[in-house]
Amino acid sequence: MLEENLMQTEKLVKIYPMGSSQITALDQVSLTFHAGEFAGLVGPSGSGKTTLLNILGSLDAPTSGSVEVLGRKIEGLSHREAAELRNHSIGFIFQTYNLLPVYTAYENVEFPLLLLKLPAPQRKKMVMDALDWVGLADRAGSRPSQLSGGESQRIAIARAIVKKPELVLADEPTANLDAKNSHHIMKTMVHLNESLETTFIFATHDEKVMRYLKRKISLDDGRVEKDEIINPEARK
Amino acid sequence: MIIAKLAFKNIYGAGLRTWLNAIALSFSFVAIIFLQGLYNGMNDQVEKATVEAQYAGGQYWQNDYDPYDPLTLNDAHGKIPGDLAKLVAAKKATLILIRQATIYPNGRFQSVFLKGIEPQQNILSIPTSVLTNDKESIPALIGSRMAKSAGLKVGDYITIRWRDSNGTFDANEIKIAAVMKTDVSEIDNGQFWIPIEKMREMTAMPDEATIIVLEKGSSFNAEVDHWQHKDLEFLLRDLRALFLTKSIGGSIFYIVLLLLAMLAIFNTQVLSIFRRRKEMGTLMALGMTRSKIIQLFTLEGAIHAVLAAFVAAAYGLPLLIHVARTGYGLPEASDSFGYAMGSRIFPTFTAGLVVATTLLVLIVTTIVSYLPTRKIAKLEPTDALRGKLT
Repeated sequence: MLEENLMQTEKLVKIYPMGSSQITALDQVSLTFHAGEFAGLVGPSGSGKTTLLNILGSLDAPTSGSVEVLGRKIEGLSHREAAELRNHSIGFIFQTYNLLPVYTAYENVEFPLLLLKLPAPQRKKMVMDALDWVGLADRAGSRPSQLSGGESQRIAIARAIVKKPELVLADEPTANLDAKNSHHIMKTMVHLNESLETTFIFATHDEKVMRYLKRKISLDDGRVEKDEIINPEARK
Repeated sequence: MIIAKLAFKNIYGAGLRTWLNAIALSFSFVAIIFLQGLYNGMNDQVEKATVEAQYAGGQYWQNDYDPYDPLTLNDAHGKIPGDLAKLVAAKKATLILIRQATIYPNGRFQSVFLKGIEPQQNILSIPTSVLTNDKESIPALIGSRMAKSAGLKVGDYITIRWRDSNGTFDANEIKIAAVMKTDVSEIDNGQFWIPIEKMREMTAMPDEATIIVLEKGSSFNAEVDHWQHKDLEFLLRDLRALFLTKSIGGSIFYIVLLLLAMLAIFNTQVLSIFRRRKEMGTLMALGMTRSKIIQLFTLEGAIHAVLAAFVAAAYGLPLLIHVARTGYGLPEASDSFGYAMGSRIFPTFTAGLVVATTLLVLIVTTIVSYLPTRKIAKLEPTDALRGKLT
């Protein structure tokens, strides 16, 4: 299962113009991710973690090099095609949860399914399943403002996995949470990774997250410093 | 469908902001419908009063008659042709003989139109029956405006001078038999109405007239030698042109109101887009295209207009129905408006007016809502997620 190529970057470069100068966020990054991985992009602020995550998630395009995600070349995608790829195959988890404030937890989780135009009975089952996975089925009717940080992030996880995407990209998912909630969140994601075989890629510099990673890719100044398998058992 | 659902959710979630916008916009709805209804009602009233007092079912003009050229009045008189004479005899038409004259009120002289009319006529809503009361003198009926400008009142005598058909000047005393109050200034200002038989004697124009007024609803329009038929469409042409001019002037007020409401909508949209950048980024990350997000924000703006229509209906409907029933009182000064106006205007609100206004506000609101969203078309998902607006 893990040998299936899910994503591949080849000499990936991302340069941001900054006034008259330029900032190289990613420099010749070549990586391969397999299906079912639980990998982390780690490194200090400004190392290029989020930039790489955004490119893998088709939210951004590389300056040069190539990125292939789920068989699609990211650099050649139009905005519409990129949106379609995200809609069908990629789930996102953000540091600040990014739940839609006027929606209930249920509606937030349902949203990606609405975009997929799934029928209502199917949506309902999938949403309730997702809420069960994160242990918040009883908070389905709550609005984001009524949820704690940990609960909000679990709803965000449910939203990311409700459509059972091949890939979930999480940008600093525990940065706004206390230790207890961070461990809870990570255990939930490990469980989902194992039970749904969903690939999780994290951008993090949180030690608590790193303890759960099965692969750790260290970035510094936009370059891959180290790419290590932490738990070889994961590649069974 | 998802766009509509999301838009309604967001609008509902915005709470007080939504209702403030809807209420502000509803003022435009009600003001536009009220003002337009007032104009429509005023125009209807003016046209009705003018038709009743002046034109009835159309007129025949003696060939030389030109209302815009008083000099033509010297020759603008003629015998009544057979077909028209039959209508007059059957009381389906009435005659008016017009000559220029001069009166001398309080030592001044003032040019007036002397109009001979049949006292028993009931074709025009002019109280000409008062002209039969005095057999000894020349009785005259004047309007309140004429009375005021010449300082005349009922029972007063005033010297009047005119030319007969031969061009000879003649003069006599005229007794003011009655002063009428009319909304139609055209039968009032500078007009002296006297019995047509008396006037024919005075002017040596037996059996002649200048205008033959047909009864209301008359379909008679046969060609008659030396006389020209003028239908209502022609006779009301100037009045309707005046209505148009006035309504264009009046519409400036509600255009300003509409602009203010649109400014509120535009402002809300700009703020909303600025405030919800992160939400837009999230929607993009979840797979929504930029065009769908533009549709969402535009629809949210347009929903304000729909809500405003409901709010306007809630308080505007009873208000406008009340005004339509009781009328809208006008101050005395409104007499100088340019045409006949009653002291109370009864606005006319038609379904067409309501539908057209609703569509106008809806379309303008949608356009105004769309304009700020064009920025989204250039928005990068990563910038939006960072809360930047490129």
